[in-house]
Amino acid sequence: MLNAPRGDWQSWQPSATLETLRLRAKAIQKIRAFFEGRGVLEVTTPVWLPEVAPERHQTPPVCSGGFLLTSPETCMKRLVAAGSGAIFQMGPAFRQGESGRLHHPEFTMLEWYRPHWGLDQLVDEVTTLIQLVLPVPAIRIMTFQEAFQSFVGADPFQAPLETLAEALNEVLRPGDDRPALVDRLFVQRLEPAIAPLDTVLILTGFPPWEPGMAELNPGPPKVARRFEVFFRGVELANGYQESRDPLELEQRMLTANAARRRDGLNPLPIDRKFLQAMEAGFPSCAGVALGVDRLLMLAFDKEGIDKVMTFQELPGSSSMDRSF
Amino acid sequence: MLTHNQLRQGTRVEIDDLPWIIVDASFVKPGKGQAFTKIKIKNLIDGRVIERTYKSSETVVKASIVDKDMQFLYGDGEFWHFMDPASYEQVAMTKSQVGDVIHWLKEQESYQVTFWKEKPISLTPPPFVILTITQCEPGIKGDTVSGATKPAILQTGATVKVPLFVNEGDRIRVNTKTGEYVERAKG
Repeated sequence: MLNAPRGDWQSWQPSATLETLRLRAKAIQKIRAFFEGRGVLEVTTPVWLPEVAPERHQTPPVCSGGFLLTSPETCMKRLVAAGSGAIFQMGPAFRQGESGRLHHPEFTMLEWYRPHWGLDQLVDEVTTLIQLVLPVPAIRIMTFQEAFQSFVGADPFQAPLETLAEALNEVLRPGDDRPALVDRLFVQRLEPAIAPLDTVLILTGFPPWEPGMAELNPGPPKVARRFEVFFRGVELANGYQESRDPLELEQRMLTANAARRRDGLNPLPIDRKFLQAMEAGFPSCAGVALGVDRLLMLAFDKEGIDKVMTFQELPGSSSMDRSF
Repeated sequence: MLTHNQLRQGTRVEIDDLPWIIVDASFVKPGKGQAFTKIKIKNLIDGRVIERTYKSSETVVKASIVDKDMQFLYGDGEFWHFMDPASYEQVAMTKSQVGDVIHWLKEQESYQVTFWKEKPISLTPPPFVILTITQCEPGIKGDTVSGATKPAILQTGATVKVPLFVNEGDRIRVNTKTGEYVERAKG
């Protein structure tokens, strides 16, 4: 068991070996040198903020009337809007209640923004960076729709809901809608199917109902201009052609809050300074966030992210979602 | 009712009107998607293994399952009869319910009978049983180290590999999980 408590007498010890932590330090240095060599400025933005960009399925831990951020996205975009040029940040990010082999409520995120870049350029850069740490022979790029058709055998955008349920070997359950079924197929069918591949798999053109802050491509099919990077079935990175439309972004945050209320979760205060920055003018930009612990887990051939992290602390209760 | 974070390895649940045991449970979440608990479950009646995913708002019914230690009485070819030594209550199990445990069934021995909704559904043998060899080639004296084996037929009809020095009529201890010879029984 990954999160089984060790005996009390040794519970102070790190979950990674010291040898792994030395390798980790080397890899982190390589990543910093990579960005320095490309003229990308390292920045440090607050992890504790009074307002956030609400998402339906991500909850920031509450901390003294503010929130520990699920990603440094809003502050970094304020820097880009202020004319910073290309920037990167490697530091802690927080997700309330996410705990498992590939998840921990506090983890290390590497996020960077490339003003005036398109998604293709950023995909190239992400894969170059990944290969610096994790040598892989090949890269394969597919659309989300193609991946579903070839690995799951169903069209995520057009197949009837019954067909999607059938692909899960299940009958429709009450409350099953397309986003719920596609999410289930993703974790139950797609991720296991791509796990044996030796290639880095990049999926593009994500469902419009989970756009994050990506631009929408009207299609058809209508998709969010996002990409995700997978290796061994593990999601490593998530990138956007960033939406620059403050009204659209505000609307998405309001929609996320409405969905949170329906899901029984607290709505979150909307980051006004971020929206002001968007109104002031944000350049065309591509941005991506990468889970450093997962990348190192794969690079060092470990079975869980705990094996590349110093400590895995769980402040408060691990029962989550509804806890604030 | 079990919530998604009560779905743990070893918990027995009722899904699609059938009883299952959770053999693996993991937290999964696509980046922007919702969180799920993915469980791998083994059917307690026919042994097939499937996967299911549940979101945090869903609940799963805990299976009403009772395990009882019961003595094996006899098999009549159609049914295998067990008795609760405390209440003298008896149950009859079919060949498919007895399953592979048939190789390790010995009268008077105690087995765990699993009941679902008060009906017997499966049988678990003790980790080790002592059984008599009814047929094997004569033993080779002194050969206790070579590691060579020969087949031996037990009183239940099961065949296990035994070391060369073991004889017909010997009582041996067998690991019921692996089906392997452990040692000659003493006494």
